Amino acid sequence: MVVDTHTLTIPSSTSFLEEVREFVTTHATNAGFSENAVEQMKMAVDEACTNVIEHSYQGKSGQPIDISISSYPDKLMVTIRDKGLKFDREAYKEPDLLLYAKSKKSGGFGVHIMRKLMDSVEYKNAGGFNECCMTKNRS
Amino acid sequence: MSNFSVGFRSSGHVQILDLKGELDAHTASELEAAIQKCQVNRQVHIVINGSSLMYISSAGLGVFMAYIEEIRENGGDIKIAALQPKVYNVFDLLGFPMLFDIVDSEVDAIGKFEPSNA
Repeated sequence: MVVDTHTLTIPSSTSFLEEVREFVTTHATNAGFSENAVEQMKMAVDEACTNVIEHSYQGKSGQPIDISISSYPDKLMVTIRDKGLKFDREAYKEPDLLLYAKSKKSGGFGVHIMRKLMDSVEYKNAGGFNECCMTKNRS
Repeated sequence: MSNFSVGFRSSGHVQILDLKGELDAHTASELEAAIQKCQVNRQVHIVINGSSLMYISSAGLGVFMAYIEEIRENGGDIKIAALQPKVYNVFDLLGFPMLFDIVDSEVDAIGKFEPSNA
């Protein structure tokens, strides 16, 4: 049973990430989550949207990103949907911090962070949309 | 309108960068520009004062990752000081304390560059 659902659509630009974080903070707080859990969800959704902008849409601006937050009795579910390139799960590898520093790379930690901060992170591709669905359980 | 800024101060041969606001994929380029400015000025002893840094995402962490090796190769380092607990948690989550000197205060960070502690 869904208690409450809120949606936000932003164009694919990093200048809207702050608005996304405010959206998550408002609704996760209203759903009764602790400050620490709200911080974690805020960051996970920021990382997911950043990945959509940089990878799904390849930095192309003005493309839609739909974010929805649904509050359930036992969890909060956040879904991020886009129409860009499919996320390649096969190509994704857990990053090694020391190797990354040595190679002077700067990115690639987003999915790693999302998985650490949320209880589940799933990717789906259906009907021409990519969907990243993340949940945080109420402890 | 960016809600992130970098302030520059120095203490002897140490360059202090005061980070203020929220560091994400949109604002990370400002931190990158600040570190590049240090490199141009041959300042390799860098202290990051994070007391007014309210948020950091992986894009911000990535900037430190991208420059730390080069700065160390040039005989310097980036010391990170005075982080808010919620921001420190993000650094800790990714294992950054293994890779960076993260200390409680700016004074401690500057002290790490003293010849006896280097």
